[in-house]
Order: sequence, then structure tokens, then C-alpha cells
Amino acid sequence: MANYSTSEFRSGVKVMLDGEPCSILDNEFVKPGKGQAFNRVKLRNLNTGRVWERTFKSGESLEAADVMDRTMEYLYTDGEFWYFMEPDTFEQHQADAKAVGEAHLWLKEQDKSEVTLYNGTPLSVAPPNFVELEITETDPGLKGDTAQGGSKPATLSTGAVVRVPLFLSQGEVIRVDTRTGEYVSRASKS
Amino acid sequence: MPAWQPSASLTQLRSRSALLAQLRNFFAQREVLEVETPLLCSFGVTDPALEPFQVHKGVSISAGERYLQTSPEYSMKRLLALYPEPIFQIARAFRDGEAGTLHNPEFSLLEWYRPGWNHHQLMKEVAELCSFCLGDKPVRSYTYRELFLAYLDVDPFTETDSGLRALASEHVDIGSMAGGRDLWLDLLLSHLIEPQLRASGLCFVYDYPASQAALARIDTSGECEVGHRFELYVDGVELANGYWELADAREQLIRFEADNARRLAMGQAERPIDPYLMAALEAGLPDCSGVALGVDRLLMLQTGCEDIRDVLAFDWQRS
Repeated sequence: MANYSTSEFRSGVKVMLDGEPCSILDNEFVKPGKGQAFNRVKLRNLNTGRVWERTFKSGESLEAADVMDRTMEYLYTDGEFWYFMEPDTFEQHQADAKAVGEAHLWLKEQDKSEVTLYNGTPLSVAPPNFVELEITETDPGLKGDTAQGGSKPATLSTGAVVRVPLFLSQGEVIRVDTRTGEYVSRASKS
Repeated sequence: MPAWQPSASLTQLRSRSALLAQLRNFFAQREVLEVETPLLCSFGVTDPALEPFQVHKGVSISAGERYLQTSPEYSMKRLLALYPEPIFQIARAFRDGEAGTLHNPEFSLLEWYRPGWNHHQLMKEVAELCSFCLGDKPVRSYTYRELFLAYLDVDPFTETDSGLRALASEHVDIGSMAGGRDLWLDLLLSHLIEPQLRASGLCFVYDYPASQAALARIDTSGECEVGHRFELYVDGVELANGYWELADAREQLIRFEADNARRLAMGQAERPIDPYLMAALEAGLPDCSGVALGVDRLLMLQTGCEDIRDVLAFDWQRS
């Protein structure tokens, strides 16, 4: 793999640090007048999600991490793994629970997700920002209560529980923002 | 913002124009002569911490290559060697690889020299210039040793190298970073002391370790050898670096050769030693002090900006 030197550390660059794949978040050049220059670098460990701040001497370099983001179609889960397919090559990848994490709450068959591969294996899965899912369980809807505030919990087809307005009922399809886990609207009927 | 557009606002451009007039006014009142010297020079500097941009092409460049100056210091010293007058210059300087919120690879330096003055007299004038441009701010002075004792409770002259490294790694994740004593001192100063100087006005630091004297004369009379170099921090921003200038050609040559030895040891290219400067030193540099001050940073301090890009008409990405 190629190397990146400190001057090439930009947000989004993937590098190996202490044997862990990391994504660079921020890079600050620091120099005390004369003398040695440093780079204070903020990185996210892609295995653990932990954010590090590490200082390097300017000009040092790190090995590039074999990490890439791919848009893939979600196929199904067998309970142990979640299966994704690359739309161009039809190549399938299995992601384990650690890689999928909270994303399993938002995965709907045929939806496109961003799958991060590390050495060819899924490292993490980012669901689409918005998904449309069916309500499988909620208290009965209250007709005519569309204008008022107030909400109730609703269980969706994926098992996710979100708060929805009182007028919605079981069987309806809603749009959810996966970044906040919040109800957005009723899904368009099409 | 489309890439063709300036990074600075019109208000910022006006502030820069006013600051440049203010600086020229300051020196006109004091009868300091404004000079201009070449930006494209036949020789670079040996300092391992400075990388010049090199220019290889051009019909005028017949022998070797030229360097964009990293500061106008050598040219100004050559002027002083023949004309021992107080002189100043506002010039573009270029340093490869230096980009960030306080650095742009191309930037403006104000550099001036005072024949017959020592660095303490010059520090006083630097403070006057700052108060002329920034209004009154508290002024404090520390020796390098006092600064480390005050802010880190460690003696930079007597603490062991491993003690300095241990102190750095206690506060900063440095992985397996390796280096010499000056590396740890630079790390401690830039990572642990500078942040504590924010909002504290003008802070002069002088009596640097002899190993960091750069082009300043060294005083061996005290308990520890110190370089007659000073730095000025304003509200935690490193603004100026000055010397009671080394005038001894032989000692200067030894330091340049040591720079090149360090460059080679670190895998950097050796740099030819500037024979014009060496000849000027041999002809005789007057006893003088000189200082270089970052004009863009002065403007940042004056206008309350925290990113150098906001005070540049076109930052590095747009130039």
C-alpha cells in the first residue's frame, strides 16, 4: 500500500496507526517559531469508533489503510450475518453484528447502504440517511388528531422503535431519519 | 464559495492596507530606511526546519537553481555590512510545507535591523510597535528557563532528555516519536505552554538554549550557555523572532555546517552555504539586532481572526 505523509493527511484519508485502520478527521500544523514542526492529528479508529489525537513530527508518514467505502444493496440476514451485494459485480459480502452495529435497525431489503471494507471485509455499515419502513405495531390511531402534538411509540418492520404522531396506525409506511432515529413523515404512496 | 473568489472580505483587505500604512508610518517616524531585496536568491538556508521552494526553469537561470527566500535576513545583513543603517522591509517569504490556521506557505514578513542595539533594546521597540498596532496590552518577559518553570514546573536546562520526553508523553499522545533534546523542548513549548499564553497579552521569551540560538550570538558567561534570541507571543500566537545578531563569520560557518550535518542525518538534502553572506560577515557585520514579525498574524490579532486564510486575499488553495 501507499504511504501518506503528514502534509497529505486530510479529512477522510484512511491510514494504519498502531495496526488499526483509522480515518483522519482533522490535521493541525504546529510550529514553535523556529525548530521542529509538528502535526496534531485527530483520527477515528474504524474498528472501535474511538477518536484519537496523535502528534507527529511533520514529514513523518503512515501506511495507507486498505479501506474503501462502497454503495451496496442489502439482501437479507440469517441472524448471524447480514448480506450485501455490490450492484455492478453482484459480489456478495457478509457483515457480522459488530460491523453492522445499530445499522441493523434501518436495513430494508434492496435499500442501498454504504459499506466500508477493510482488507475486503465489511468493517462498518452506514444505512441510508432516510428509510421508509412499515409500522408493525402501535396503539390504534386517533382520527382527527393530525394537528395536535403528542406522540406514541411504534415498532417498525425491522424491530426499530420510533416515536410517531398519534394519528398513525399499524400497516402504514413512514419515513425515518436514521441519523437521529426520528420520524419524518408518512411515506409517499407510490 | 467558488475557487476564483478571494478568501478575505473587503473589510479585511482594507484592514491590511491600513496596517501596512501604519507600519510604514511607525518606521518613518523613527527614520528607519525601507529597503527591498530579491525574492529569488541563488542560495537557500541550511536550517533543517526550513524548506525553501526551488525554481529550476527560466532562461535567466543559467547556473544552478534559485530559491524563493524563506526570509530576507541574509540580503538585509549584506546591506548592513556595507551600510550600517537602521533598515526595515515588508517582504513576501516562502516556506514549503507550512500550511495551517497560522501558516501559509507564502506569507508577509516585516523584518528590521537596529545597528548598535542589543536584543533587549529591540524587544522594547517590538513592544512599542505592537502597542502602536494593537493598542495597549500587558507585557511580560520570561527567560526560556523561567517560562518552563512557570508553566510546566520543569527546568529546560537541567532536566534529562528522558524526563522531558516523559513529561511530553504524559500530556500528548506521541506514539513512538523519537528525537533529541530540542525536539522535546519544542514539543513542550508548542503543545503545553503556547496554549496557556492565550489572552495573556505580549509575552517575550529570551535566553534560549544555545542549541536553539540559530543566528544569535551565544553568551557563555552565565551558569548555562544561552542564545541571545527572543520570541514574542501575543495572546498565544507566535508573532516575532529576533536575535542579537551573530557577527562572527567563523562561528557562523560552524553552525551552518552543523545544520547540514543534521540535515544529512535526518535524510534531508544538504544545502549550499551562502557565500555572499559569508563574505559579508567576513567584511564585517555591524553590532546589531534584528527581528522578523509575521504581518499576516499581526493582522489576525488586530482584526480578531483565528484563521490566516481569512486575512489573505487568496489563500494557498486559491493562489
